[in-house]
Amino acid sequence: MTLASLNLWVIAPEILLSVVACLVLLIDLFLPADRRPGVGYPLALFALLGAAMASLMGLDNGSMTALNELVISDGVGAVLKAGTGIGTAGVLIYSREYARVRGLWRAEYLVLILFAVVGMMTMIGANHLLTLYVGLELLALCLYSMIGMQRDSVRAAEAAMKYFVLGALASGILLYGMSLLYGLTGSLSLAELASSSGSFAPTNLPLLTAVVLIVAGLLFKLGVVPFHMWVPDVYDGSATSTTLFLSSVPKLAAFAIMLRLLAYGLGDWVSAWQDMLAIAAVLSISVGNIVAIAQTSIKRMLGYSTISHMGFLLLGFLGGTAHGYSASLSYVVIYTVITLGAFGIILLLSKPQFESDALSDLKGLNHRRPGLAFLMLIVMFSLAGVPPTAGFFAKLLVLQAALENGFLWTVIVAVVMAVVGAFYYLRVVKLMYFDLPDQDDQVLSAPELDHVSTAARWVLTVNVLSLVLVVPWIGNLVDWLTRTLGTFGRL
Amino acid sequence: MIPLSHYLVVGALLFAISVVGIFINRKNLVIILMAIELLLLAANMNFVAFSYYLGDLSGQVFVFFILTVAAAEAAVGLAILIVLFRTRRSINVQDLDSLQG
Repeated sequence: MTLASLNLWVIAPEILLSVVACLVLLIDLFLPADRRPGVGYPLALFALLGAAMASLMGLDNGSMTALNELVISDGVGAVLKAGTGIGTAGVLIYSREYARVRGLWRAEYLVLILFAVVGMMTMIGANHLLTLYVGLELLALCLYSMIGMQRDSVRAAEAAMKYFVLGALASGILLYGMSLLYGLTGSLSLAELASSSGSFAPTNLPLLTAVVLIVAGLLFKLGVVPFHMWVPDVYDGSATSTTLFLSSVPKLAAFAIMLRLLAYGLGDWVSAWQDMLAIAAVLSISVGNIVAIAQTSIKRMLGYSTISHMGFLLLGFLGGTAHGYSASLSYVVIYTVITLGAFGIILLLSKPQFESDALSDLKGLNHRRPGLAFLMLIVMFSLAGVPPTAGFFAKLLVLQAALENGFLWTVIVAVVMAVVGAFYYLRVVKLMYFDLPDQDDQVLSAPELDHVSTAARWVLTVNVLSLVLVVPWIGNLVDWLTRTLGTFGRL
Repeated sequence: MIPLSHYLVVGALLFAISVVGIFINRKNLVIILMAIELLLLAANMNFVAFSYYLGDLSGQVFVFFILTVAAAEAAVGLAILIVLFRTRRSINVQDLDSLQG
């Protein structure tokens, strides 16, 4: 075995990000306090965009493995890695001012974000249960620490603890399932799992147990009912910049491990896991949309909205067809763009002493900030799935895929609940355009953020407007994403 | 020789004890952290047993990684516990109720 046979350039994005993360941490030690984040921030930004470019360059190389088949680089992996890098760059640009005035903008914060991205990319490129688990834990540990970094906040500490306990429980359950799979198939490689799992009878109880445990662990990570308890608490309790990060890009990685583990590794066992996913999808679409109506905090409302969107994501997995996976892939990519926009707007609306995270803070936003109100309008229409936005096509594709696979009742419930969900999304629009702000409102009296960077405004505008402007080419986008999926699933 | 099933029963018992420990415990967060460690050890038990009976080393290598991750997880967990105790002066599970709805 030589160094060349390891194919190290396949993991070039991860190597680049790890090196830069260490550099950011080191440089920070040798700089005076006032110049610290000024150096780490552009460095991290360039590393993220560079990693995204490096992954996109591997797009046309077909599927190839590296590090003795521990990791794989294929089309879908390249797209998801690039999405992770670009999305995280957006997260950094949006959260800079917000985190700076709250004392969170230190080198450690950047380092945690960078290592979380390394974890996500490891998950996306996993071809082995070991890399999958290590990537998952790297991401999770960074997220727990990022929430806990807000040391003076009672709510953040509680959110961090709840996330930690439930996240660790989920990884434990997933790991136990993996150990049973190892015992049954005698290998930890996903490729061998895929080739040997077909030889088991569908009533094989130990393998069924392993599948149940693995599905439960994955659903926990995705935040789907009945494993959704942590989502609203964590979204609500974390600083908004942290919520922005943990609500957006990690969904791409969660989709990737669903694809690798269920669609690829346990692909022959579709009949065992598709009913579990169908029930979880129906429950989370219903619970998420109904409970979101009762919320008064935007972050909590978006938390429940995430639960319902993850339910929609699962609809594409039912049936285990290539068409369904491509619908889910389109859904998760579009959803990530929408979420970045939604929390980006909340971040831009916040002020040094004021969080702007209650629904009533949006009252009369159109009179104060017509531009941001319009962007919020597009985001809400996209989340609700109103036709001229990308959100509509995302929903259409997954519903179509579920229908093709014969899950009629699931589709009916999903559509009815999407209508219920439209209520609370459109309520936000009503608050912004047709209500007047309360006169003694904190919103008006709190001092403005002295300089929200123009970069953040421009990126946010492009981010949100792309949801509408992409619509004429949405067919090409979906075709392109489908082609990257290659050989996943049955045709 | 001890048959494989004995080890698997021990692993399953550890798994059950730790899950029950997380859900039934209403008093002390430290006990939850201990239960989480036990959960990872249950998986380790399975991996080592399978690895030995299959004659395949990769399971034991996985165990080393799990042990490392468990150490990191304990460090992060205890750090969060300290932050929590500082802000709230309590590590009672029932006191974690400021986020609801």
